[in-house]
Amino acid sequence: MRKNLAMFFVVLLLAASLAGCTTGTDNGEMVIQYNVGTEPETMDVHLSTGIPEASIMLQIYEGLTRMDALGQPQAALAKTWDISEDKTEYTFHLRESKWANGEPLTAHDLAWSWKRSLDPELAADYAYMLYPIEGAEAYNSGKGNLADVGIEAVDDLTLKVKLVGPTPYFLSLVSFKTYYPVYKQFVEADPEGWHLKVETTVANGPFKMEKWENNQIEFVPNEHYWDAGAVKADRLVFSMVENASTELTMFENGDLHMTNTVPGQEIPRLKAMPELHIFPYLGTYYYIFNMEKAPFDDIRVRKALTMAIDRQKIVDKVTQGGQLPAFAFVPPGIPEPNGNDFREKGRDYFEENLETAKDLLAAAGYPNGEGFPAFSILYNTSEDHKLIAEAIQEMWKQNLGITNVTLTNEEWGTYLQSRDEGAFTVARAGWIGDYNDPNTFLDMWTTGNGNNNSGYTNAEYDKLVAECLQESDMNSRNEKLHRMEDIFMEEMPIMPIYYYTLPAMVSENLKGYSSIIIGGVDFKTAYIAE
Amino acid sequence: MLEFVVRRLLSAILAIWVVITVTFFFMHAIPGGPFQRDKVLPPAIKENIEKRYKLDDPLLVQYKDYMLNLLKGDLGPSFKYRGQTVNGIIAARFPVSLQLGLVAFAFALLVGVSVGIVAALNQGKILDYLVMSFSTLGVAIPSFILGTLLMLVLSYKLGLLPPATWGTPLHIIMPAISLGALPTAYIARLTRSSMLDVLSQDYMKTAKAKGLPRRRIVWVHAIKNAIIPVLTYSGPLLAGIITGTFVVENIFAVPGLGKHFVTSIYNRDYTVILGTTVFYSMILIGLNMLVDIAYSQFDPRIKLSARKE
Amino acid sequence: MAISPELFKPLDKNRVQADEARPSITYWQDAWRRLKKNPLAITSLIFIALLTLTAIVGPFLSPYSYSDQDFDNIHLRPCREHPFGTDNLGRDILVRTMYGARISLAVGFVAAITTCVIGVLFGGISGLAGGKIDNLMMRFVDIMYSIPFLLWVIMLIVILDPEGSKGVNLSSIFIALGIVYWLPMARIVRAQILSLKEQEFILAATTIGAKKRKILLQHLIPNVMGSIIVTATISIPEAIFTESFLSFIGLGVSAPMASWGMLASDALTTLRSYPHVLVFPAVAICITLLAFNFIGDGLRDALDPKMRK
Repeated sequence: MRKNLAMFFVVLLLAASLAGCTTGTDNGEMVIQYNVGTEPETMDVHLSTGIPEASIMLQIYEGLTRMDALGQPQAALAKTWDISEDKTEYTFHLRESKWANGEPLTAHDLAWSWKRSLDPELAADYAYMLYPIEGAEAYNSGKGNLADVGIEAVDDLTLKVKLVGPTPYFLSLVSFKTYYPVYKQFVEADPEGWHLKVETTVANGPFKMEKWENNQIEFVPNEHYWDAGAVKADRLVFSMVENASTELTMFENGDLHMTNTVPGQEIPRLKAMPELHIFPYLGTYYYIFNMEKAPFDDIRVRKALTMAIDRQKIVDKVTQGGQLPAFAFVPPGIPEPNGNDFREKGRDYFEENLETAKDLLAAAGYPNGEGFPAFSILYNTSEDHKLIAEAIQEMWKQNLGITNVTLTNEEWGTYLQSRDEGAFTVARAGWIGDYNDPNTFLDMWTTGNGNNNSGYTNAEYDKLVAECLQESDMNSRNEKLHRMEDIFMEEMPIMPIYYYTLPAMVSENLKGYSSIIIGGVDFKTAYIAE
Repeated sequence: MLEFVVRRLLSAILAIWVVITVTFFFMHAIPGGPFQRDKVLPPAIKENIEKRYKLDDPLLVQYKDYMLNLLKGDLGPSFKYRGQTVNGIIAARFPVSLQLGLVAFAFALLVGVSVGIVAALNQGKILDYLVMSFSTLGVAIPSFILGTLLMLVLSYKLGLLPPATWGTPLHIIMPAISLGALPTAYIARLTRSSMLDVLSQDYMKTAKAKGLPRRRIVWVHAIKNAIIPVLTYSGPLLAGIITGTFVVENIFAVPGLGKHFVTSIYNRDYTVILGTTVFYSMILIGLNMLVDIAYSQFDPRIKLSARKE
Repeated sequence: MAISPELFKPLDKNRVQADEARPSITYWQDAWRRLKKNPLAITSLIFIALLTLTAIVGPFLSPYSYSDQDFDNIHLRPCREHPFGTDNLGRDILVRTMYGARISLAVGFVAAITTCVIGVLFGGISGLAGGKIDNLMMRFVDIMYSIPFLLWVIMLIVILDPEGSKGVNLSSIFIALGIVYWLPMARIVRAQILSLKEQEFILAATTIGAKKRKILLQHLIPNVMGSIIVTATISIPEAIFTESFLSFIGLGVSAPMASWGMLASDALTTLRSYPHVLVFPAVAICITLLAFNFIGDGLRDALDPKMRK
């Protein structure tokens, strides 16, 4: 026994002495360490959908445009572009650029890549990101031909794209993963596994992948990148730590320059530290009312419940991540054609008012909550969702006298099924914008839309969504989008709670990175200040 | 012996087949599917995906195809980690879990058995209470709390060990302790209890009376007989621990296989669910067979073959 | 020494009766007598009894309920109004810990009982029968081990709870625990019986024509008692923590009610900022599990048939 103990301490001591050697990879190299939060589901750019993947691919790929922190597209692979009068034809003029292996990158590569994205046999989730392109949806759904898809490489440096309708956010779309160029030769050689190997992942971004082992990816600058001069870091090291507490410990230990998130409950302690950053994030957290179930078919009930919670308290005391109380559905951060914020012009659609809420509830036949039927709040397994549900349950009880609210927690798969089937009364949900335009928040509430879980239906709303797709006058399109939100929020099929934020810890000497409002961190110009 | 092994192998194959079949129909019966997304996919895209992964075939056809591929050793493509195969996932991650699991297992076995013997030889004395209370802490503190506390003290406060991730021998220490704590306590208790059983047996008294040295009595005669329960527990323990543990892997960011046992089910990643289950059940059933064979080595009275009655 | 006929005179009949007049004590009475002499075990028994009482009565004496929130008093450290402090929604941790005790103690007791009843019988029958029956029964255990527990759990959620849970639903947790918690016990008991049944006293019992049932219940199981108790006590902490996992993914107790395991795992995220939120439930769990283990150790020593004088 004593021997074992002694052995154990020897191991510990050995461990301690070795610990000194492993940390601190810097030998004059500028290394930036970041945690992407989880292992990427796939490294095939056209198949991937998530934010962690976006963060990885942003470093090694580049589309026609590159998104800045505010979610606005900037010229990248494309130097300039011409847009036709009716806004349905885009001609991109590419700059001369190379793949990371030094081969030239042409408009033909892009056209081939985009068409691959749409290939029904590839079966990409995000193929619908290309649906604004003429013939794309038909080809992807097996109803049309590849030849009819409106993508054409006119010459090596000119790409012409025909759209179904004016799509003002198309320049944002072309900055996405689904629109990235992939290296035809390697993809065709190994269509399933080309992206699993570092050697065959040839891309065109500011960095290239050097190695990937033990759940850690290392990138080094790509010398063939057209803007290589802007790249300052010598090496990026991305880890894939899922546990937020562990991640924070690593940060505080000096093993990370930037975290992916911060455990909400730790934020009050971290607030005193200059490293805590709250980045904007284009998303809304809300509860869905199932309008097909009484009493939620009654607008007075929906309004009363919506008005009777204290959002400021929820964001200050429960989520604590600097989220903004939400009084509408489209979050702040989306610019209008004139440059103003869409949310600033759009008004708050309700106020938290207990008296009005009580009156509305009484008018609906439930004075002081009496006789209000039992119902349940559905949420998917997560500590944060649970805390918020607990707080709201208590607020409805205190403020409206509704006592028989239960909480139903389901794991992800079951939750999705319940939500999509409408097997709930009130359910938690969140929506993160796909691109920086109000349309990504508003086109989902049309009658019968798969994402419209509330059962909401309004003919005028449906008509406006359709009109918006064809509207080429940007100001009148903007008016229509506001009108859509007005209609929707007046009927309150959902109860907005807060607008998301992205809290993260960032080392004080890390500069030049950009946390993008629709998700992902770009390290193209990042550096460590002395 | 040969007859026993052959019979056991046949029954093992049958058992694995039952496991696969039950798991297959269970996982298709639970709500949700691998391509049910938070943002609902347009029907045409969902169709493309289902066609590509042959999820539009009737369930029985899918079952037949799966079994045929399995016979060829092909566990299929992952639905969640697109581009990766289940064989690839297991091949990449099992070595990590195996490494960590073996260290944790060795730790649990060494410490557990020693503590158990010490306690048994000092039954009712202070030392007995002391070592048993200490080993009980391993049971009383679950791995997720122990892991977090270890990290807090050894990495965060003292800076002795790297807090997480994988790669050097140092990274093994904390997860191995977190994993090994509960088995250590259990093995200590089992050892103590069965040592006491054996020590009070007549043949022990005989050995003592014959004047054999105490050390020899304990180490040769007692332990050999007392080890049966520990051996029994070791089969499932080893199978479980070398195939990875979700909680510990999550806390210490260990790229092991344990994660996939859990997340595949949340993701409804059917092929990964089946692949990990088949893999685990093969290891478990194999180890249990070895354990049964080992019984007869430690205790010749145990007969493996059926008695002719 | 001379041998004389006087040495062989028959015993006085009265003396024989006097000898036998020693009160006949049953196995259980004897065990209880010996248990009473173990101070640690008795203290632990009293502690568990008091704890159970507190869990039942305590919440009625508190001015707070487990769900009362107070946003102005979040994360209070222990004070007069809140002896254990408050949590992240300003709820009284003392009253939540008392409510948690109800759930966790119930889960612990039920797990221990299920483990004993199903596991001991299943393992006992398998070990005693041996041969083909043993092979069949043990493969069943392997199969149950191999089918992912999480699948069972999701299946149960779907079957038991089609329209959302209605508050505390402990029975579903008991069913989930009942599915898998007896497996280690069955294997441990079976292995020891394989060895024991070849021992002389069992052969003797068989020879005089004792029924199998009697051999199992009266001769074999008491001799395996040590391992049985150790395994049963180990199943308690495992069950308590499994319960928190089950509740976390939606089977069993629904928020805002919380068991000890839930309280502890929720508090883990705030460990560095508000350690007191974790300390109280964690200490409660630790002490209780220690107590259970001491009772187990005491019982083990008390029930050992070979210790019987």
